[in-house]
Parts: sequence; structure tokens; C-alpha cells
Amino acid sequence: MGRTLAEKVWDAHIVRQAEGEPDLIYIDLHLVHEVTSPQAFEGLRLAGRQVRRPDLTIATEDHNTPTVDIDKPIADLTSRTQIDTLRKNCEEFGVRLHPLGDVDQGIVHVVGPQLGLTQPGLTVVCGDSHTSTHGAFGALAFGIGTSEVEHVLATQSLSARPFKTMAVNVEGTLKPGTTAKDIILAVIAQIGTGGGQGYVLEYRGEAIRELSMEARMTICNMSIEAGARAGMIAPDETTFDYIHGRPHAPAGKEWDAAVEYWRTLRSDDDAVFDAEVTIDAESLEPFVTWGTNPGQGLPLSGAVPDPEAISDETSRAAAERALEYMDLAPGTRLRDIAVDTVFIGSCTNGRIEDLRAAAEVVRGRRKADGVRVLVVPGSFKVRMQAESEGLDAVFTEFGAEWRHAGCSMCLGMNPDQLAPGERSASTSNRNFEGRQGKGGRTHLVSPLVAAATGVRGTLSSPADLEPSEPVA
Amino acid sequence: MEKFSRHTGVGVPLRYSNVDTDQIIPAVYLKRVTRTGFEDALFAAWRGDDSFVLNQPAFSSGSVLVAGPDFGTGSSREHAVWALKDYGFKVVLSSRFADIFRGNSGKQGLLTGELAQDDIELIWKVLENAPGTEVTVDLEHRQVRCAEVVAPMQVDDYTRWRLMEGLDDIGLTMRHVDMISDFEAARPSHKPRTLS
Ligand code: SF4
Repeated sequence: MGRTLAEKVWDAHIVRQAEGEPDLIYIDLHLVHEVTSPQAFEGLRLAGRQVRRPDLTIATEDHNTPTVDIDKPIADLTSRTQIDTLRKNCEEFGVRLHPLGDVDQGIVHVVGPQLGLTQPGLTVVCGDSHTSTHGAFGALAFGIGTSEVEHVLATQSLSARPFKTMAVNVEGTLKPGTTAKDIILAVIAQIGTGGGQGYVLEYRGEAIRELSMEARMTICNMSIEAGARAGMIAPDETTFDYIHGRPHAPAGKEWDAAVEYWRTLRSDDDAVFDAEVTIDAESLEPFVTWGTNPGQGLPLSGAVPDPEAISDETSRAAAERALEYMDLAPGTRLRDIAVDTVFIGSCTNGRIEDLRAAAEVVRGRRKADGVRVLVVPGSFKVRMQAESEGLDAVFTEFGAEWRHAGCSMCLGMNPDQLAPGERSASTSNRNFEGRQGKGGRTHLVSPLVAAATGVRGTLSSPADLEPSEPVA
Repeated sequence: MEKFSRHTGVGVPLRYSNVDTDQIIPAVYLKRVTRTGFEDALFAAWRGDDSFVLNQPAFSSGSVLVAGPDFGTGSSREHAVWALKDYGFKVVLSSRFADIFRGNSGKQGLLTGELAQDDIELIWKVLENAPGTEVTVDLEHRQVRCAEVVAPMQVDDYTRWRLMEGLDDIGLTMRHVDMISDFEAARPSHKPRTLS
């Protein structure tokens, strides 16, 4: 019987297999950031252990870093301690670190692919659930807990049981104005936030093959919001082109050997998935969430649902609670919901293509009065690239704040937060209660919808905008 | 990790059921960057209350916690185990543990022994009538003794073996370090490295 992509990658990493025990699998790339690593390093120190493979480990500062005044000491004590601790640990254990201010600093899931470290067929782990992002390259990439971080640091391996596999077939072609973000929000709305539990989701089909690498990362990134352990997409020419020439891409003969191997990384035609779902890309519209989990989403043309109409008791109760927290009345048209803040950034939608797409929408326009628009590049390099294309000027002329790279308002561990009761349209991945600041209310959207919402002040798509004045 | 075969120490009766990890260590302590020094965080919400069992001198140096059923429910935070260990507990006895808590404990050398609720009640009585009484936990023979009470203790074979060998997760994997080295020797050279 054939094997799925996930099974092929898993099998290629088995160090040890024994009856009744989890497999011991080898880890090719370990990404580290300041929040989930301190205790892991301390555990090593307490036990007198070393990092086994510093050359397969890389660290960056992202969750706590400020996005303004980055040359000043970090004001928040906890944040500063976490960052200082990471710096000390990386130095002591010989781990490469890209600190705040370094050209390769940025959100860990943006930096890995950007450096060409993320490649097909690798096992990639990080103490962070959105590690699933790297699956866009055909890597098996998943988040781990702090004690597992310590285990990988010490042994470059992990004890784990294989995941189940689910094929997510995205058929047809996306219409203009719809994006990868709309695909993944629709997938989560369809299978639910627990629908992927225990699975690796493999995204396949015409619509996926047509996507750029960055768009594929957006999709894999949010696999975790469907409860999945990981998301994957089989590598193809798009993948190889993206990797080619990056700092850590193989070169010369090594490149040829790598590509030859990478071409074998696809699910066999006779492979059997444990589950399968299908989405029609053709029928998708821009998607937005109305509730407090990423599965509570609808097409933008819709209205806030009436919990009374939901037959499943648990979902109804969840919807009631969500509407109360979000302060929304059933039947409100989604397009009429006014926001205070627009956040464009995060490891979901903070890459250069996202910024380009948003900039195209706002070019030559002014933001709506009273709306704050934050644009936070996913990495320092993304910021530099955007500036070289003049996008920073487009955003600042629009009235947006052009920030430095980091997680920022995706989770508000730094000062970029929503105030209680404030509402955002956000290109990030989680709309949980308080995620962007205590009492803050989040609507998850694509960069196009975020930008258009910044123009009109209510949830909008670019199609809702009047043609803009020609740019002088 | 230290090998564990038998431990004798002062027993602490905790007459609460459903002690969740939030009660073992409240979320505010999770921001720390250390994995030791959590002793002050243990049961923090209760420690201000003079009548709380750990605030009584006879129990304050306890190392065997005798708790009510469903100990360790709630979020999977590993800090709960660190806090118990940092305080000085070597063993928690209960008639039922939450799975994740039990898993985390086993990995970090804290013994979670399951006793019949009747035996827990008998031990509570002894400890309350004579505060400071020691409890002996014999992992090898799966038995708990406290004054006249002798109770069988359930611990699964695998956890018992690990504790008696003193193997944490990393220690377990290290037993196969040759296999890791062999695997590494066969890795294709086109795979990326972060250091040049
Ligand atoms: S951008 Fe958000 S989701 Fe991504 S790593 Fe940072 S905090 Fe996590």
C-alpha cells in the first residue's frame, strides 16, 4: 500500500521503534524563542547536559519584542528578563541567535523559511503551536512543550507516536479578492476547531497548487486552529524556486541531490488517509470570524448568526458566550461591524506578499477616522524589502503606523494591545478572548479585508471600495 | 534524576478533592524563567490562611502529600510538579490522579501513588491525630505504611521502573544514544545546518 506524505517523512526519521513504545524520531531543525525555552535550558544546566546539535538549532526574539523604540531597553520587566535569559542561554550553549536589531530577527516562523532553513522532508519543531507553518514546504513541523524542547536540545530527537492523516482537498480556483486566509478560515469553519485533533492535514488540489509559498504558509500556519498537530503541502516547482538561492539552501550537486529527493515527497496515488474533506475554492468569498474561536467564521456577506438557530447544544452555548463577549447582536450584517484597530502582521500574514497586497488596497487612500492601523512586518528582512519597494510610504500616507518586526498584537505580550472593549480586524490567527489584550475583541481576516476595513472603518473587502483617486 | 526505591517523611493531610493545577500553582507564577524556586508558589492562594495545613509547624516540613481524589486536574502546566518538588514533596498519594499530571510527575521523579480512598481516610486520621507522623512509601513493594496502617499502593510498571532506575525522559533516550549517532551518520549532506 502507498504512503502519505506525512508517513514518508515520519518513516525517514525513525531512530528507534519498539513494540508498545512511542517512536524515537530525529529532528532536523529546532527553532527556539524566548518564551518557551528558558526552563528547557535551565533543565540542561541542572542536569549538566549540553545542546547536542547547536548546528541544527536557531533562536530568535519575537514574542516580547517592542515594535517601536527598539534601541531602548525593554520597559516590561518580564519581557526583558525572558529576552536577557535567551541571550545568556544561547551564548552559554552555543546556539545561533538573531536578537532584536539583527537583520535576521523576526517571528521564528517567518525567519526559518526566509533563511532557506525550512526545506521539504525535514522534521521541524519549536516550542510554539504555529510551527505548523513550515509544513508548507513538505516538512513535518509541529509544536512541542517545554520539557520536549529540553529533550530535543539534549538529544536532537523526540519520543512520539505517529499522527493520523487527513486529506484536505481544495478544488477549483480562487476568485479574485479571495486568498489563502479565506481558504483556511473556511476549512476551520467546516471541520471545527477540534476537527483536526490528532491529525496531520495535507492540503491538496488545484487551488493549493496554484498558491505561492507564502500563501501556502498562511494555510499551514492555521492548521493548529483546527486542532491538528501539523499541516503539510507536497513540495513542487513553486517550493523549489522559493528555496533556491537562499542562504541555507543546498547548492551545486547538493541542490540536485536534494531536489531529486524532494520530488519523491508526495502522497502515493494509492495512499489511504484516515479522513478526507473537500472544499470548493471557486465558491469562496472573503471570510471573517464573528466569534471567539477561529471556527466561528462566515463569508463577509453574511450576518452574525442567531444562537437560537443552532441545534447543537454545545455550539449554541459557545455562540451565545461568544456574542456576549464580542458584544454583537444576532442578525447584524458583518459589513456593518465597526472596528477600532486594524492589525496587519503575525506569522500568518506578516510576509512581504501580505504587505504588498494590503498596500495595493490602501495606496492613495486615507484611513477611516478614528481607526488605528498597525502594520508590523513579520521580520526585519520583510520590513527592509517593503521599504525598498516604497510600501512603508504607502502605509504611512494612508495613516498607518509602520512598525518593527515581531509578534506584536498577535498576542499582545509586548505593549501592542487592544484596550478593554476595543475591536480589531486582525490578520493573525487567534480570536480567543483577551488574545490581543484583556477585553479586546478580534475579527480574523485576510490582509485584503484588513486593508479595506482600514479604509471604511467597518469590516469590508476591496470590492466594497470606491475606485481610488489616481495617485498623483 | 535520583533513583527512588523507598521514602520516609512527614505526611501532610490535604483533605480536598479536585485540586487542579491552578490551585497547585496559580497562573501568575508561570511568567518566571526558572524551573526551580517555585516553593513559594505552591498552593499560593491557600498559604495566606493560617489554618491551611502547610502553615502548621508540624506539617511544614512534610514530604508526603496525602490528597483527596482527582488531584492535578486542569491545565497541563509542568510547573505544578516543579512547585511540589521544590517545596520538598517526594510523593503524592491520592485515590485518583488526572492523567496529564500523573504523566508529568513520572517524568520528573515525583511519585504519584494510588491508594484506595478508605486507606487515604485512615492515613488522614493518623496524621491529624498525631501531626508530624511519618509515612513510609515503599515503591519496590508498592506499599504505604503510616503508624498501624499498611496500604497497598498502585503504580504502573513502567513508571515504577523509571523511578527506581532514576531515568527522566532524556535519560531514557540517552540509553539509545548510539542509535542516534548512527542515524546522524547516515543523514544526507544536503540537509541544512544553522551554523556554518
Ligand atoms: S505571530 Fe502570533 S501566532 Fe505567530 S509565533 Fe508570534 S505569537 Fe505565535
